[in-house]
Amino acid sequence: MSENTRSGAIQVKGEVLSTRRAGDYHVLTLTAPGIPELARPGHFVALGVGGVTSANLLRRAFSIYTVQSRGVYGGTLEVVFAVSGAGTEWMAGLHRGQQVDIVGPLGKPFMLPKNPVPCVLVAGGYGSAPMFMLADALRARGCRVDVVFGAATESKLFGVLEAKRVAASITITTDDGSVGERGRVTDVLPTVIKRTDADVVYACGPMGMLREVAKVAAAHGAYSQCAVEESMACGIGVCMTCVLPVIGADGITRMVRSCVDGPIFRGDRVRWDDVDTIPDDVYGAPVKGGH
Amino acid sequence: MTRAVITHSPRRTSAEALPRVDMSTSLARLELPSPVLTASGCAAAGRELDQFFDITTIGAVVTKSIMMNPRSGRPTPRMAETPSGMLNSIGLQGPGIDSFLDNDLEWLRQRGARAVVSIAGGSVDEYTRLAARLRQVSDIAAIEVNISCPNVESRGQVFACDPLAAAEVIASVRRNTAPGIPVLAKLSPDVTDIVAIAKAVVSAGADGLSMINTLLGMVIDTNTMRPALAGVTGGLSGPAIRPVAVRCIFQVHAQLPDVPILGMGGIRTGLDALEFVLAGASAVSVGTATFNDPSAPARVAHELAVALAERGFERFEDAIGYAHRTPEPHAAPGGVVAVHPVNPEDDIADGDIRGGVEG
Repeated sequence: MSENTRSGAIQVKGEVLSTRRAGDYHVLTLTAPGIPELARPGHFVALGVGGVTSANLLRRAFSIYTVQSRGVYGGTLEVVFAVSGAGTEWMAGLHRGQQVDIVGPLGKPFMLPKNPVPCVLVAGGYGSAPMFMLADALRARGCRVDVVFGAATESKLFGVLEAKRVAASITITTDDGSVGERGRVTDVLPTVIKRTDADVVYACGPMGMLREVAKVAAAHGAYSQCAVEESMACGIGVCMTCVLPVIGADGITRMVRSCVDGPIFRGDRVRWDDVDTIPDDVYGAPVKGGH
Repeated sequence: MTRAVITHSPRRTSAEALPRVDMSTSLARLELPSPVLTASGCAAAGRELDQFFDITTIGAVVTKSIMMNPRSGRPTPRMAETPSGMLNSIGLQGPGIDSFLDNDLEWLRQRGARAVVSIAGGSVDEYTRLAARLRQVSDIAAIEVNISCPNVESRGQVFACDPLAAAEVIASVRRNTAPGIPVLAKLSPDVTDIVAIAKAVVSAGADGLSMINTLLGMVIDTNTMRPALAGVTGGLSGPAIRPVAVRCIFQVHAQLPDVPILGMGGIRTGLDALEFVLAGASAVSVGTATFNDPSAPARVAHELAVALAERGFERFEDAIGYAHRTPEPHAAPGGVVAVHPVNPEDDIADGDIRGGVEG
């Protein structure tokens, strides 16, 4: 039951190899047999929290930070998280050898350019987690990779040193100016796009940041690929809680599931200003006097 | 007539020596090889869960309630986690009946899965038209009628809370459904007397009852100090509501012992499912637990078979309503007395079921 590879995602019992702190965040390393081979940049995993009798039923979704398909422990993966409630508190307290139920890889991964075009990777806070697999995949295609990371303060940045390994340049912004430039990622993004002549902007972070990044990218003639953050109950496409209004190829806006139709969306297709609403012109919108 | 028999080979060492249990059951005229189904709204139309277990092996896929027209649903946030449960306010987002038949039901048919189609409407007429539309297709196992919807013709009064309105919907769906297809009425627990509603819909022609739908609840976000859901209120589901479901099924089965019940409401393990069966359910649906464990329907079916074997049952059907027997102590059927709860914490608590079960 735990390993069924007929399609897409699998469910496996992972084992904690380590947990470590990284600034204000935690990095959890798990064995995850079978998942690394299937994982692509931008995929996520949904973790059960609190064990089999947990009162916290809903899975917690995390971008995959790293995967390793071979090694002493077989397949392993890493996720980055901030403690923000009962589930992540439990995760932060995990010890080596404890079991964690993993479902993944989930979602649609980042689309990669066919040609070796310059790309800018933008992340807010620990939204940088999926960017390292992405940077490796882009570099393998000969793409130049430049990175813009932003956060409220230095301790809320993740992976700056590692970014230096994969990026041609790295630009840091913090709201408080504790490191890098004081301000937001979108303050520096136009300069970086122009300097690198970027064709694609990849972004992961809070919804407000993604909205602004998508606008900046469009204004500079670049495609954007945004990894959205919507609260999910299942992560596999059955609960319908993680929807947002997205314009389809046919021009029609639908409330689509960020877990299976995303979490990566083209920035110009998401109706950012209408997130958390049902736009009047959305497919199946309530009609006056109807329903 | 030959019955399909699902055989289970328990992996637990303690259960290896246990005999196999005939897990076949029936809901009115519907014969099922396994008594565990998905629950409406928790499995979409089965395709996503088929990644995690073979959906043709479970009793049936109960599809998300479908309406006549495409529906965008309610704004987000649509969900809030609660102790051992969750609150949801999706607003029946769906593609409408035509797209459902062409895509979702067609996929289930090709996959060879049994499909129980859940329908929802805002008026008696909408339910009627849905039933008429379903009559044109083959390959549906049963219709589950979600009557926990506001009646637009009656100031938003929920059909399931009014015996007359509930009966009117069921009578019309029954009249417009092929005679061989069972019609199950899904009851809301948010009523003063669920037995009265059950009797009303059975009189109107319901072949069986699905119990229970979610309970109306609310969560307030203490940071924003506003309701957590965009829809303000939502349906509470998950293990938190399980005792309510068991009570409702026990009460209704006591009064209507010949009416088959599809039980649901917080089933997470085989022992949870067993409670429902002992209370009177002929089959069970696993819902919210699927969000926690996408393999839950298949796992629960396996655990239930083990639990029945451990209690000496050779046939699943012998356990239906077994908790209603006269309260004299005697051994389980087959003379097996040893009982090893899988989860001691989940063991059935002592105590009386209180309230209105005597006729």
